[in-house]
Amino acid sequence: MGQTLVEKIIARAASKPTVRPGEIVTCKVDLAMILDSGGPRKVWPRMKELGVGVWDREKLIVVTDHFVPAVDAETAQILKISRDFVREFDIKHFYDMKGIGHIILAENGHLQPGMFTCGGDSHSTMGGAYGCYMSGFGGIEMTGVCITGEIWTRVPETIRVDWSGKFNQAVVAKDIMLHLCRALGMDNAFKAIEFGGETVRNMSMSERGVLCNMAAELGGEAGVIEPDDITLAAIRAAGKEPAPDALKWRSDDDAVYAAKHAFDASTLQPQVAAPHAPSNSGPVDDYKGKKIDQAYIGACVGAKLSDLHMAAEVLRGRKVANHVRLLVAPATQKVYADAAADGTLGILTDAGATMLASGCGACAALGAGVLSDGEVCISTTNRNFQGRMGSNKASVYLGSPYTVAAAAAAGTIADPREFLP
Amino acid sequence: MSIVSGKAWRFGDEINSDLLAPGLYLKSANEIMAQHCLESVDPTFAKSVQPGDVIVAGHNFGVGSAREQAALSLQLLKVGAVLAESFARIFYRNALNFGVPCLFFPQYNEISAGDKLEVDPVAGTIKNLTTGKGYTVDPIPAHLMEMITDGGLMPHLKKKLGKGRAA
Ligand code: SF4
Repeated sequence: MGQTLVEKIIARAASKPTVRPGEIVTCKVDLAMILDSGGPRKVWPRMKELGVGVWDREKLIVVTDHFVPAVDAETAQILKISRDFVREFDIKHFYDMKGIGHIILAENGHLQPGMFTCGGDSHSTMGGAYGCYMSGFGGIEMTGVCITGEIWTRVPETIRVDWSGKFNQAVVAKDIMLHLCRALGMDNAFKAIEFGGETVRNMSMSERGVLCNMAAELGGEAGVIEPDDITLAAIRAAGKEPAPDALKWRSDDDAVYAAKHAFDASTLQPQVAAPHAPSNSGPVDDYKGKKIDQAYIGACVGAKLSDLHMAAEVLRGRKVANHVRLLVAPATQKVYADAAADGTLGILTDAGATMLASGCGACAALGAGVLSDGEVCISTTNRNFQGRMGSNKASVYLGSPYTVAAAAAAGTIADPREFLP
Repeated sequence: MSIVSGKAWRFGDEINSDLLAPGLYLKSANEIMAQHCLESVDPTFAKSVQPGDVIVAGHNFGVGSAREQAALSLQLLKVGAVLAESFARIFYRNALNFGVPCLFFPQYNEISAGDKLEVDPVAGTIKNLTTGKGYTVDPIPAHLMEMITDGGLMPHLKKKLGKGRAA
């Protein structure tokens, strides 16, 4: 009986020839990422209490992204703890205010097919775009990982999701995920999601990342995509050499899945998720005309260079509606610089966008751009739970960068296809 | 781990991490965060919950962020157990690591707010003293039992490492 990609990676990390879903195994971690939010501030006091240090200074990556830049004494202190931690344990890879961790890992070539990796954030599933297993954990569990380099897992069943067909204009990976949140529900806990099919194979790494990122919204342990030449090219572009056997990390033809779903991308319309859940989604037409106060282009899932390009396509030569504030927080400083160099930034600021620092910011009500009572925001982020972006009396709609930019220009939720040539 | 007894607090489906631990307070001390736990759905909860009280909810409890405060707040408020139709994975793992037992409870709808409950997480039994009904559920998974009976990951690691201050 064949194995899925996820089963193969877990078996390798657990030093076993094979594993079966439901089995509980302890895995050796190839790479772990902790962030300012749930990282050193949570982990270090516990390490002190136990009198132990980090398991591997080269395999533990530290990123500050949630509370950057500091806005008050508390957030400054949280960031300081991260910096002190890095110094104390001589951590090799520290990305201080360079951008959002999930994108930083990809930009710097840290991920390789077949790796077993852990991150101290729920959207760590994004790493799976590189054909590795990456799952999110809370600070308390990352404490165990930081000390021992190991974690237990119950081998998840895999759900296979295939997409075929060509996208319509202004339809992108984000629309797939908003649609899947409704179609598959957000309750796929203890299962891994494997994305495939011709539509996925044709996607850039940046778009594949969106699928795996929002596997977290589906409730999955991980989101994975089998590696191919596009994966290897991205690793090389980040200045690293892929492992010689990188492409062997695939599911067997006779692998057993918990379920297999097939969808047709050519019938998909731009999607919008209404308050207060990503699963509360439907075609943009259902929400057309809803007046907005803020449009937010930000977050790991929605502020990569390709996302800013989508927004610029819509906003080129246009202005943000009078009563709307458009906030743009490029996912990393590299994205910021690249967008400046290729003219994208100019298009956005000409349209009236306010540029914000690279980091999590308003996505989780941690930095600039939070919402007040009664305000309506449309956002490229991945979650719109009540209170997520500030006041628990605010309303957050989710959409792709195309859809968010169109709403910014129209002042109301609008069909992005009407704004494209 | 001893038997939990307290009154039931009823919540609906998909009680998410932003409701359990609102982002606006993530930078605050854990004790302050705990005071805002679930305030968007029940402003009286954090003020009135008593040690040993039990949360009873629908599906996908804890969905969302990895923020450990979502589970830690329940530990700080001394919630005895969470009984839900299903749990989101990170919350479930965090809660067990903090020694807050989580049990999958398909009949959660038979419990009303205020019912007096007795829960034995190790045996997997739930008694509703108000209605007199008893239930059997899957106990805490065996591989986690040692950690749970030790009181969570930290006391467990201390025992394993054999150093640090006493639990
Ligand atoms: S941008 Fe938002 S979703 Fe992404 S890691 Fe930061 S807080 Fe989480």
